[in-house]
Amino acid sequence: MDPRIDPPFLRGMTQRRAISRRSALKMAGLAAAGAALSGCSIPGRGVTGTVAKADAVADFWKGKQKNGSLRFANWPLYIDKEGSRYPSLELFKEETGISVTYQEAVQDNSTWFGKIQPQLAAGQDIGFDLMVMTNSIQLNRAIQLGYLVPLDHKQLPNFGGNAAGRVKSPLWDQGNAYTVPWAVGVTGIAYNPKYVDGEITSVQELWNPKYKGKVGMMLDSQEVANFGLFATGVDPDKSAQADWEKAAAKLKEQRDQGIVRKYYENDYVDALVRGDVWVTMAWSGDVFQQIAEGQDLKFVVPAEGGTIWTDNMCIPKTARNPVDALMLMDFVYRPDVAQMLVEYINYIAPVPATKELILADAAKAKGEDKESLEQIANSPLIFPSSADQAKLRNYVTLTSEQEKVFEGIFQPITQG
Amino acid sequence: MRRLTPYLLILPGGLWLLVFLIVPLVYMASVSTMEGDVVNGFAQTFNFAGYLDAFGAYQTQFLRSAVYGLAGTAIAIALAYPMAYWIAFKGGSRKSTYLLLVLLPFFVSFVLRTVSWKFLLADDGILFEPLKSIGVLPEDFRVLQTTVAVVGGLVYNYLPFMVLPIYVALERVDYRVVEAAYDLYASRVGAFTRIVLPLSLPGLFAGVLMTFVPMTADYVNAAILGGPDNTMIGNIIQQQYLVNNDYPVGAALSFTLMAVMLIGIFAYAKALGTQNVLEAAAR
Repeated sequence: MDPRIDPPFLRGMTQRRAISRRSALKMAGLAAAGAALSGCSIPGRGVTGTVAKADAVADFWKGKQKNGSLRFANWPLYIDKEGSRYPSLELFKEETGISVTYQEAVQDNSTWFGKIQPQLAAGQDIGFDLMVMTNSIQLNRAIQLGYLVPLDHKQLPNFGGNAAGRVKSPLWDQGNAYTVPWAVGVTGIAYNPKYVDGEITSVQELWNPKYKGKVGMMLDSQEVANFGLFATGVDPDKSAQADWEKAAAKLKEQRDQGIVRKYYENDYVDALVRGDVWVTMAWSGDVFQQIAEGQDLKFVVPAEGGTIWTDNMCIPKTARNPVDALMLMDFVYRPDVAQMLVEYINYIAPVPATKELILADAAKAKGEDKESLEQIANSPLIFPSSADQAKLRNYVTLTSEQEKVFEGIFQPITQG
Repeated sequence: MRRLTPYLLILPGGLWLLVFLIVPLVYMASVSTMEGDVVNGFAQTFNFAGYLDAFGAYQTQFLRSAVYGLAGTAIAIALAYPMAYWIAFKGGSRKSTYLLLVLLPFFVSFVLRTVSWKFLLADDGILFEPLKSIGVLPEDFRVLQTTVAVVGGLVYNYLPFMVLPIYVALERVDYRVVEAAYDLYASRVGAFTRIVLPLSLPGLFAGVLMTFVPMTADYVNAAILGGPDNTMIGNIIQQQYLVNNDYPVGAALSFTLMAVMLIGIFAYAKALGTQNVLEAAAR
């Protein structure tokens, strides 16, 4: 047929095609999807250099004032507590008039960072003015991304005067530009003498086939990598890619032989107490708390070395009450307050003067109190011996590119 | 006005789905083809090869999740069908009590239910310690951190989702039809396989859908009850998002999982021979 005289064809050529509502909606949807697919990207927010400049400090703190309230996010069981009261925070309120809303909001660094990262990226309040994060990939990231407030050390005289030398100016935050320690801990080996004969002194025991299916390792890549590195005779803080690969091979062998029961988060403590694992990587404070509760457990810094880590107080950039947060940071470095904290937290005290204070209290106390105070003051887990301290190593500090390589080497082991 | 009513009725739900499901899905689809890292930012490069890389790196976990999902679903059917059958036909006036009992575990948090298994099944816990001391079980016997624990946890947590739809389908079966089958000399087995079972298929299908999909995507059970060889794809996605902040890989894995499950479900629907089986399940 001649198309020129075909009426539908002519109509089709000359009139606007009628679009049904449904197809219009479909097209609109497709267009939106197309725009979303091609248009946006997620901008990076890296800041150059990790050391805060002096004017950045002055700029931030200029005109900031105390507001009388503070929202504090910390880890569970990480502050002195009597019933539902927090004596050290009450003392803080008495002396400064600042009331603190305290929440055990942080369970682990990655989940916490995953939660606050989008809000910080958007410049929104995260609901907290002060938070505690371990020196970790996530904390490094928070510093690099400019999410933390540079600290004004003129307002931190107690920290300057009372903090132990070894907790000052750590590798990951030179000059404590953004963080000051809350508590310090050691990653070593804990074991249950009920199942283990003799003493454990070496990292190699974690590879002992005798404990097949009864060895706990940690899920965190840095933690597990550190022990792989110790087992291959390398200091984590001096390690490079070749060392990581060797350590990964060692860890893989341990896994493939069925020696590792599980890569644990905080739950290794329960597993150890219940007897599901007999020998495990462990954090010092956890084990001390169990021992104080009467569990028969042992904690050692292995001969090859253990790692020292720090949980740090820091102020998110979007904090509403930064001055109040800074005041609390300094307050906990007063020896009498630090003592209240260490007697409860049982991790290594960042204020060494607390040991004398605790011993002085112990001399005055009687019975059980005296015993428990002496146990704290003499515990190598809280005030480590110089022999143990000599064995302690730092985590390796990674750049963003190195971190990808590092995770790429160690994560496949724990991922299974 | 009357013509508009149906549209107004679906408006709230429709908007809800549009804003909270479609928009994030489109956004995640977009993220899945980006490249970069969280510090330097992610740029849209239409990196579809990322899908292949992600799938290649984690095919073990994909396969494992599918196997766990299938095994869990099969066990759930085996446990749930007799239960639903009994409640529907023999439950009498106490039916609602029995249903409440089936649902009772839901009144306790999902995580708490799973964690409580750790106490129950501890190597030297209340269950195994006595059995080990009298020599029924070998000393090194364990359930935690094994496949049995993970699949068991999955079945335990999703069982009610299988019981309820099967119950609803069976409840609707007119028992006189079964009696008619007996009158026509059907055996008990014959009456079940030719009358009751076909009539309950839509419920069974709905049950499979409601358990297989969440079981396959689950990560809580593997994280709490599993060991190094039980990691599921859900654990990997969670880790990529929240630990590594590698959003493109996480998104690509999620979409691959979604696609694989959709294909699987439609293949299953087709194999079952019910063309409108989704509608049948919803009826």
